[in-house]
Amino acid sequence: MKDILGELERRRQAARLGGGEKRVSAQHLRGKLTARERVDLLLDEGTFEEFDMFVAHRCTDFGMAAQRPAGDGVVTGWGTINGRMVYVFSQDFTVFGGSLSETHAKKICKIMDMAMQNGAPVIGLNDSGGARIQEGVASLAGYAEVFQRNVMASGVIPQISVIMGPCAGGAVYSPAMTDFIFMVKDSSYMFVTGPDVVKTVTNEVVSAEELGGSSTHTKKSSVADGAFENDVEALAEVRRLVDFLPLNNRQKAPVRPFFDEPGRVEESLDTLIPDNANTPYDMKELILKVADEVDFYEIQEDFAKNIITGFIRLEGQSVGVVANQPMVLAGCLDIDSSRKAARFVRFCDAFEIPILTLVDVPGFLPGTSQEYGGVIKHGAKLLFAYGEATVPKVTVITRKAYGGAYDVMSSKHLRGDFNYAWPSAEIAVMGAKGATEIIHRADLGDTEKIAQHTADYENRFANPFVAAERGFVDEVIQPRSTRKRVSRAFASLRGKKLQNPWKKHDNIPL
Amino acid sequence: MFDKILIANRGEIACRIIKTARKMGIKTVSIYSDADKNALHVAMADEAVHIGPSPANQSYIVIDKVIQAIRQSGAQGVHPGYGFLSENSKFAEALDAENVVFIGPPIEAIEKMGDKITSKKIAQDAGVSTVPGYTGLIKSVEEAVQTSNEVGYPVMIKASAGGGGKGMRIAWNDGEVVEGFESSKNEAVNSFGDDRIFIEKFVTQPRHIEIQILADSHGNCIYLGERECSIQRRNQKVVEEAPSPFLDQATRKAMGEQACALASAVGYTSAGTVEFIVDKYKNFYFLEMNTRLQVEHPVTELITGVDLVEQMFRVANGEALSMTQDDVKLNGWAIENRLYAEDPYRNFLPSIGRLTRYRPPQEISSETYVVRNDTGVFEGGEISMHYDPMIAKLCSWAPSREMAIDHMRLALDRFEVEGIGHNLPFLSAVMDNAKFVSGDITTAFIGEEYPDGFKGVTLVTDTLKKIAASCAAMNRVAEIRRTKISGRLDNHERKIGNDWVVNLQGQSFTVKIAADPQGSDVTFEDGETHRVSGSWVPGQSLAEMTVAGSLLVMKVAKISGGFRIRSRGADLKVHVRTHTQARLAALMPEKLPPDTSRLLLCPMPGMVVKVNVDVGDEVQEGQALCTIEAMKMENILRAERKGVVEKINADSGDSLAVDDIIMEFK
Repeated sequence: MKDILGELERRRQAARLGGGEKRVSAQHLRGKLTARERVDLLLDEGTFEEFDMFVAHRCTDFGMAAQRPAGDGVVTGWGTINGRMVYVFSQDFTVFGGSLSETHAKKICKIMDMAMQNGAPVIGLNDSGGARIQEGVASLAGYAEVFQRNVMASGVIPQISVIMGPCAGGAVYSPAMTDFIFMVKDSSYMFVTGPDVVKTVTNEVVSAEELGGSSTHTKKSSVADGAFENDVEALAEVRRLVDFLPLNNRQKAPVRPFFDEPGRVEESLDTLIPDNANTPYDMKELILKVADEVDFYEIQEDFAKNIITGFIRLEGQSVGVVANQPMVLAGCLDIDSSRKAARFVRFCDAFEIPILTLVDVPGFLPGTSQEYGGVIKHGAKLLFAYGEATVPKVTVITRKAYGGAYDVMSSKHLRGDFNYAWPSAEIAVMGAKGATEIIHRADLGDTEKIAQHTADYENRFANPFVAAERGFVDEVIQPRSTRKRVSRAFASLRGKKLQNPWKKHDNIPL
Repeated sequence: MFDKILIANRGEIACRIIKTARKMGIKTVSIYSDADKNALHVAMADEAVHIGPSPANQSYIVIDKVIQAIRQSGAQGVHPGYGFLSENSKFAEALDAENVVFIGPPIEAIEKMGDKITSKKIAQDAGVSTVPGYTGLIKSVEEAVQTSNEVGYPVMIKASAGGGGKGMRIAWNDGEVVEGFESSKNEAVNSFGDDRIFIEKFVTQPRHIEIQILADSHGNCIYLGERECSIQRRNQKVVEEAPSPFLDQATRKAMGEQACALASAVGYTSAGTVEFIVDKYKNFYFLEMNTRLQVEHPVTELITGVDLVEQMFRVANGEALSMTQDDVKLNGWAIENRLYAEDPYRNFLPSIGRLTRYRPPQEISSETYVVRNDTGVFEGGEISMHYDPMIAKLCSWAPSREMAIDHMRLALDRFEVEGIGHNLPFLSAVMDNAKFVSGDITTAFIGEEYPDGFKGVTLVTDTLKKIAASCAAMNRVAEIRRTKISGRLDNHERKIGNDWVVNLQGQSFTVKIAADPQGSDVTFEDGETHRVSGSWVPGQSLAEMTVAGSLLVMKVAKISGGFRIRSRGADLKVHVRTHTQARLAALMPEKLPPDTSRLLLCPMPGMVVKVNVDVGDEVQEGQALCTIEAMKMENILRAERKGVVEKINADSGDSLAVDDIIMEFK
C-alpha cells in the first residue's frame, strides 16, 4: 500500500515540475512566475484543488508521442479568494510554450462548465505561444470550444483574463470575450497577427511591445482594462477586484464590514466646483470622498480619460461609478468615452452592481473625426446601456449637464432612481453663450445686447431648479452631504425589483 | 478701546489678529481680493470688504483701496499685520489724515528704521553694537575696494533699500568687490529703484537672533527675550525658536537693553523687532529693525505668556504697558515650523492648487506642553499663486528644548496636507537633524546640511522595525476584514496566518504576530519583540500606534500589497507579504523608471493660449510650460522633469491635435 501511495506522490511531483527546472528558471529570468506559482498567489493559501493533473495529449504526429508531460501545459482547478469560490486556469509556458492542444482546451472547458454550473467566476491566467501546431485543426477546435463557453458564461459568471505572457492569434479571442483583461507590463502582449506577419503583409515594421504591449492596449486600443508592474502585483490586484464582484448573476453585489461613517460630511466638497465655469477640477476627488475608506478600483484608467469608470463600496457594498472628468476634454462624451462607459454600465447591470453616476458634461465632442467615426452609434451605446439597466441607479449632477449628453448620463428619464443635483448644477440644452447666439440671432452684431441676453439666459437656466421644478431632479443637495445622501439612496434601493420585457436579446447598436 | 478695527492683511496673520480682537470684544473688518473671496480671514471677520483683483499690487497694497474700505466700514484702527503695508509710512500717513489709528509704531520710526544706512547710523549713535563697516554711501568701484580693505575681508556689499537677499553680495577679495559692487547696484536699481550701496564686514558662521521689544507712548520699553531664526533658506526663515540655545543671560540682557535703547532713540511705540547677527564668540551686531509684528512672534508669546497683538492694541489705544522688565519671565522653550506650499523634492519649487486634504494636528494648551497652529487656509481651499506660499505656522512649547522638539515631531507627523507639494518632510528632517537637535546652528545650516538639496529621509533600522511591526499588525486587521466578505464558503473560510515578511526601504523583516484583543506582539527573527497597539482601522489616513512603549504617528495610504507610510519625513512603500508571496516577489525584476520622452506632446486637441517658456530656458520639474485651451477649458502642461528648452513648435493661437509636438528639450 505504501508503494502505491508513494507512486501518487511521485507522479504529482513530476507533474508539478511542469517543463523542468531549466525552463522554470528561464521563465523566472524573464521576470515571469510559473503557472503554479501564479495560482498560489491568486488563491487563498492552501486552497487550490487541481483537476486533471495527469491529463496528457493524444497527438502522435511529428514525434509528439515521445513527449507527453502530465498536465499538458495548463493548470486547472478551483480554490477561494478570501473564502469565496473561483475557478482558475493557468497556462504553463514551460510546457510546449503553453500551447493549446485539444486536451489542454478540454481541461479549460471542464472548469468553465463547473463554474457555470456552480456559479463562480473563472479567472484565466494566459501565457501561451498559441495553437499546438502539431495538432492542427484539433487545436483550433479546442479554441472554439472555449470561445463558445466564454459566450455562454458572459453575464452569468464574471470572467477575468490576465495576460501574463504571449497571447496571439486565435488565442486572443477568448480573453476578448471575458469581462476584464489585465496585462503585466513589459512581459505580456496580445495581437491577432504578430510583427513578422505585419511586416510581410503591410511592410510595417513594429515591435511586439508596440504592436500589442500593455501600453498599447491600455492607452490606445482599450482592449485591456488595466496593467500592472509585475505578476505579483497583477494577481494581488485581481484578488482585490474579485472582492468587488458577485460570484454570479443570481447574487447581489458582495458586502463586507466597513470602517467608515455613511453620514460622513465632507465640507471641502462645497468648494470643489471652481468659481470659473471653464476651470477644470478633478472628479476623482469627489469619487474618493464619497467612497468607503478612500478605496476606488479604477477600470480603464488610461483610456478615454474624459470619463472615469470603476468600483467603490458604500456601506461595504460594491457600487459601480461612472463619472465625467472635467480635467480631460472638459469631460465631454465622445466615441471612446461612450464605449468605455457603456461596457462598464452593462457589466454592472449584468451582475447586479448598483451604479452611481457623477455628471459634469458639456455635451458630445463635435468634429468630423467624431462623426466619421460614428459617434452617433457609439454614443447610443451608453444611452442604451443606461436605459436598459435595471440595477439601482443614483445620479449626481455637479455642474454641467448639457444637451443630449444630459439625457445620456443616467437621467431621470432613463429610469434613474435618485437624481440629485448640486446647487452649482446647470441643466440646459447648451451653455448660455451658445444658446443666446441661436435664440437672439438678430442681435448678434450688438455685443451689449448679447451680453444682456446671455446674462438673462444664465439667470433663467444655469441652475438646477428649472429641472427640479419639473421633477427631473429629485432633490438639490449640498455637496458636503453627497456621501450621506448617496449612501442612503442606495440603502433604500436594496429591495429594488425592475424587469425589462422578455426578449431573446436586445439589439444594442454595436 | 477700539470698537472696530480693520485688518489690512490676509492669510494666517489676519486670522491671528481677529482671534485676539474677538477675545477683547473688538469687531473686525477683513479686506479681500478676488482670489480670497472664500478665504478663512473673510469668514472669520465680522465684516469683509472686497478691494479688487487678485494681484496684491491691485488690492492689498493699494493704499487708496484700503482707505476706501476703512471709510466704508467705519473702522477706528488698522492693524497692518506683516508684509504688504505694514512698514509703509505713506500708509500710516494716510491713516493719520483719516483720523484712523495705525496699530503700529509712529510714522517717523518707520521711516528712520526703513532705510538700512540711516538705521545703522541711528543705532551707532544710540550705542548699539553694529557691524564694522562704512555707513556712508559708496559711489565708485575704487571707493568700494578701498573701503573693503579698511573694513577687512570678507565684506558684505549691500543695497541700502535691499531686502530678501536682493542686492546683496559677499566678497572675499578685491576682485570680488569689483564684480559684486556692479551687480549689487544693478540688482538694487532693478528691484528697488534705488542704487545706494554700502559695505560692511561680513560675519562668518553667523546666527540670526532677534530681540522682541514692546514700547508704549509713555516712555516705557521692555524686551521680551530673543528668537533664534538661523534656519533659513534663501534668506527666508523656516524654523524659529525662543529662547536661543546659544545666548547666555548676560548677552541676552545686553542685546535687550541695546534694542530698547534703539527703540527709545526713534520714539518707538508698539511691538517691534531688532535683528542682530551673532558670531561664534557671542559678539552681536545690529542688522535692522522691523517695525511691525514678526511672522515668528508666536514663539515669544509662548515663552512669555504675552499676547503681542493685544499689547499692540493697548499701546495704540494710548495705554501704558502693564508690565515692567522685571515682570518678563522666559518660561520653557518654543519652536515654530513654517509650513510652505513648496515641493522640497523639486528644489522647493512653489506649489499651488487645491488643498484636497488639510488636517492640522489638534491644538493643545496644557501645563506640560502646547501645540499651536496659526493658519489661514482650510480643507478644500486654494493655495493661490498670488501670495506668499506659507500654509501654516506650527508651534510647540514644552519646559525644555528637547521636549519641545519631541512635540513638534509628533505634530508634524500628525499634520495632513494633500493636493499640493509642501515642506512637511523637510521640516521633519530638520527636527531629527543631529546638528539642529544639539542647537549648533548658523544661517548656513540648510546649505551645509543639504548641499545637494533635499533628497528625502532615510530612516534608521530601529525606526524601520517599529514601522514594520505596526504595518504587520495593521495589515492583519485589513486582511481579516477581507475574509469577512459575503458569499464565502461556510466552514471553509480563509485563515489569516501569523508569519509575515515586511519589506521597506530596501530592508526585509521576517516577523511573527501574536495578536490579542488589546494589540499584537510582533517578534522579529533576531528575537526582539515589539508590542504594537493602536486603534487604526482600514481607510484611516492617520495611524497613531504605540510601538514598544513609544508613540509612532504615520500617514497611511493603501498601495498594492501594503501601505504607503509617511512618518518622520520619510515616504515609504511598505509591503507586507506571506512567506510564499515574499519568495515569489523576490523573483520579480527591478524595473527602472521609464525614460520619459524629451518632447512635450499635446495631450488633447485644443488651442495654445500661452507658451510660458522660451528657447534656452532651464525648466524645473513641475514648471508650467504651456497652456492649452480645449473645450473652453484651460489646461496647464507642466515639465515632467528638469531640462532645457531646445525648440518650441507652437505659438499662442495655434490649434493642435493630440500628440502634436509642442516643444523639445535638450
